This record gives sequence, structure tokens and C-alpha cells, in this order.
Amino acid sequence: MMRYFFTRLAGAIPTLFIIVTLTFFLMRAAPGGPFDEEQALPPEIMANLQNAYGLDQPMWTQYERYLKSLLHGDFGPSFKYKDFTVTELIRLGFPVTLELGAIALALALFAGIPLGVFAALHHNSAADTATMSVAVVGIAIPTFVVLPFLGLLFGVYLHWLPVADWEPGSIRHLALPVIALALPPLAYIARLTRGSMLEILRSHFIRTAFAKGLPLRTVILRHALRPALTPVASYLVPAVASIMTGSLVVESIAGIPGIGRYLVQGAINRDYTLVLGMVIIYSTLLIGMGLAVDLLYAWLDPRVRPAK
Amino acid sequence: MSRLADDAVRRLRANPAAVLALFVMTGIIVVTVFGAWLNPNNGQALDWLHLAARPSLAKAHWFGTDRLGRDLFVRTLAGTRVSIAIGLVASAISLIVGVGYGAVAGYLGGRTDHLMMRIIEILSGLPLIFFVIFLTVIFGRSETLLFISIGAVGWLTMARIVRGQTMSIRQQEFIAAAIASGASTGRIIFRHVIPNLIGPVVVYATLTVPQIILFESFLSFLGLGIQEPGASLGTLIAEGVGEMEAAPWILLMPGGFLAVLLLCLNIFGDGLRDALDVKEA
Repeated sequence: MMRYFFTRLAGAIPTLFIIVTLTFFLMRAAPGGPFDEEQALPPEIMANLQNAYGLDQPMWTQYERYLKSLLHGDFGPSFKYKDFTVTELIRLGFPVTLELGAIALALALFAGIPLGVFAALHHNSAADTATMSVAVVGIAIPTFVVLPFLGLLFGVYLHWLPVADWEPGSIRHLALPVIALALPPLAYIARLTRGSMLEILRSHFIRTAFAKGLPLRTVILRHALRPALTPVASYLVPAVASIMTGSLVVESIAGIPGIGRYLVQGAINRDYTLVLGMVIIYSTLLIGMGLAVDLLYAWLDPRVRPAK
Repeated sequence: MSRLADDAVRRLRANPAAVLALFVMTGIIVVTVFGAWLNPNNGQALDWLHLAARPSLAKAHWFGTDRLGRDLFVRTLAGTRVSIAIGLVASAISLIVGVGYGAVAGYLGGRTDHLMMRIIEILSGLPLIFFVIFLTVIFGRSETLLFISIGAVGWLTMARIVRGQTMSIRQQEFIAAAIASGASTGRIIFRHVIPNLIGPVVVYATLTVPQIILFESFLSFLGLGIQEPGASLGTLIAEGVGEMEAAPWILLMPGGFLAVLLLCLNIFGDGLRDALDVKEA
């Protein structure tokens, strides 16, 4: 099992390296640069700027330098946010984004799985229909519609919750963004759990478990849940990606100072180092999640474990 | 096969939610295509006397106007047309690529599977947004490009799901029987594995259309998709969010349209899934 984990881990490093390389060169291949302004800068100033940031060096030297500083945990200076290094920007914004995302993912899992099991146990009843109808709404309606609509209802009309201010650590301020962010994966997880649970409940080993006279609770928790969670496990990586993507709009709508806004702004401004830093952070998270899912998969379903 | 299709249609008819969704969807498409002719406004003209006007029958601003006095009804319809077109084309691309790729990776397994999944991991490690940003920055912003890039990234999830399913199908007896009777790998994948994937594939493909519509409007919402003066539901919603407190209809009209459209597509997709899923019978 440990060997399996380490081979997967060793595989993840080249992946990350390829992502960094691809992004680096793609970003530089695009026309336009970080110092393009409405009015063109005088050539001397441009040359000075290029020199200060090392952009006048050959591409290969720049790439080598970047990789070296990266190994020291230095993402380089930001081209647009002139007083900050990318590392500082990430240090400021990442905990906020991570907090938001982690709460949303936890909510999605801990509400989604029980809802799915509940719906499966009441198959074809009104409760099942109601749960799945809500799930469809959650899957269908995009975050950037849900959040403003919630804000309009609870903020503008009912005045229960703030619409777009941010206070660190305030649950009231987190409530709407977290709900909007968690809703799509929550609904999807509920639906996946219900689907696989229904299938598992029809299988022979569950019939056997019931025939032995085990109570429903034991059958579900000890026998049915684990195999039923396989599709949920394989959905975890897309779920994290969905939350990451969602946090881009949620942060901009709710005015949350996370790293989401740097992603889009950095690309539009051609802020090379910032974009690279963002890509590295996001891909590391996704790859890490993928690794975790592989392990989870092997634990949930013995058939996918590597042969001894 | 046709009996299967007949059964599916019959089962679909017995599902009131799916039938209703189909009706609403057809209604939206009809209104989207023909509605603009019923309204005298053209969506680009600026009505200086009615800036951010409430929805009203006067001057035929049925959905009101935006901050520049452009008619929101006509603009919402134009945005919906773009969204639907992108949704259909991009889904078709992602379906074909995703099923082929996932089935091959899942069936072959071993080193090939490892390599193919690594490629998917790399592609999905670059968040979708980046992929599209790069393409738009390099090639300029165009709708054709939007189609291609969204379709090109939409297949990743499909491939993953298909691979997972294939891995479990591969272990079943009928595959062993096919191998024993000397069928080639290509034949096994296309004749034995893929037909057995139809259930999950249809389920996922029908859900891909609304997902892609959602992705397009998401990009447009961020200002990376359809550009002014063109209208997309995403750009209209982004405008609406800015005016939310003073003129909520600028948000509610396109937002509601997108929500209802996506909801109907999803409900219909689910209905189709239940109708096609032979196991459910």
C-alpha cells in the first residue's frame, strides 16, 4: 500500500513540472507584455523595466532562473502589484480561499452523502422526489446566479445577512458565499450517492445482510455505504475543481480577499509570475486531491488495489 | 434497438417533470428564435429616455432596459441563442473525444492507462479557465474559438467517468468470453465495452450540455467570453450584479432565463437517463 502511494507520488512530480513548463512558455508566447499601457512607454524606460525583471534575458535563462527560485519557495516579484512579491500575495490571499473552499467542500460532503442515502432509502417516495428536485436546482443553477439571488433575497430585501462585505472570521459574512459555493457539489454528491446506493441495495450481499436479520442501520453503515461511496470518491477531484472555479466568481461578487481574483486579473495583465504562481498552487491542490482519491479508491474498493 | 427506443419514449412520457421541462425548453427555444421579431427594439439602440427602466409594456421594454437604455428582452434572447449554440456543438465534441479516450484507457489498463490518465491530469491541472484564457489571448476573442476550447476541455470529465466504468466492465465474464473467442482489442472496445457504457454516457452527455452553457456564461461573466456589444447571458448577469440594489431586474431577467434554461435541460436530461436506463425497469 505504501509502495503504491509512493509510486503515485513520484508520478505527480513530473506532472507538476510539465504544467509549470507549459504555462511558462505559453504565457510568454502570447502577444503583449506586462508593461503594455494605454500609452506606450518610452523605449529607455521599457528597457530598464525589462532589465530590472530580467525579461531581456534569453527565454531559457529566464526559465532556469524561475525554476531555481521556485525551489526556494520564491515565486518572484509581481509585475503589476509592484510592492508585492507573488509569495506575499499568495500568503495573504490563500488562507482565505482555502478556508472558504474547505468549509464548502466539508458542507458538500457532510450534507450531500446523508441526503443521498436518505433519498435512496425512500426510493420513489415524495421525500425522494423532493430531495432530488432540490438537487437538480443545486446542480443546474450557476454559482454566479445563486449568490446574487441569495444576496438580493437575504441582503437587500430581508436585511438578514451582509451582501458584499468581508470581515475575517465572521460566520455571517461567510454564510452566503459558502452556501453558494457548496451547492453544486453538494447536489451532485447527493445524487451520486443515491444512484450508487440504489444499485448496492439491490445486490446479493445486501440481501444476505438483511436475511441475517441485521438492522437497517448496520446494513447501511457497515455494508452498503463503503462500496456506494466509490463514485463519490472519483467525483472529489472535479468537486475541488468546481469549488476552485466557483471561488473565482464568489470572491469577486462577495468582495472576499482570496487569491481567486489574481487568476483572472493576472492573465489579463500578463503578470507572468503571478499567473505561474496561481497555476502552481491550484495544480498542486488538484494533484494532491487526485492522490488522496486514489488511496481512498483502493480503500473503498479492494478490486482496484494493485496485485500483490 | 427500436424497441428499446420505443420503450424509452414511453417511459419518458410517463415522467411529468421531464415532459414539462421539454415543453418549457421548446418554449424558450421558440421565443429565443422568433421572439425578437415580436419586439420593435433591436437590442443595440440606446433609449436615452429609459435608462435602467423597470420592465413595462410602454415602449415595449418587456424586461426593462439596462444602464445604457438597451432593451433587455432582445438582449436576453440574443444571449440565450449564443449559449444554446455553444452548448450543443461543444457537447458533441466532448462526447466523441471523451468516450473514445476513456474506453481505450480503461480497457487497456496498465502503462497505457497510466500515461493517458497522466495527460488528463495535466490538462485538468491547468484550470479550464487558463486554457481558454491562453487561447483567447493568443488567437483573439472569437466565438468559434470559444466553441472549440470549451469542447476541447469538456471531454476530460467524460473520459474519467467512462474509464472508471470500463475498468469494472473489463472484469466481467462476457469480456473474458470475447477474448477467449479471439476478438481483437479494437472490436472488444467498440462492440462490447462502449455499448455497455451507453447508460452512464447518456446520463453524463445530457448533463454536459447545461454544464457547457454554464461554463460559457461563467467565462462571459468574468469578461473572458462573449464581448460587448454582443450579449451573452453571462455578460448580462455580470452587468446585473453591479446594479443589483438599484435595478434588480437587470440581474433577475437574464439570471432567471439562464436558471430556467439550465434547470429544464437538467430535468430533461435526468428524465432521458431514467428512460434509457434499462436496469431501472
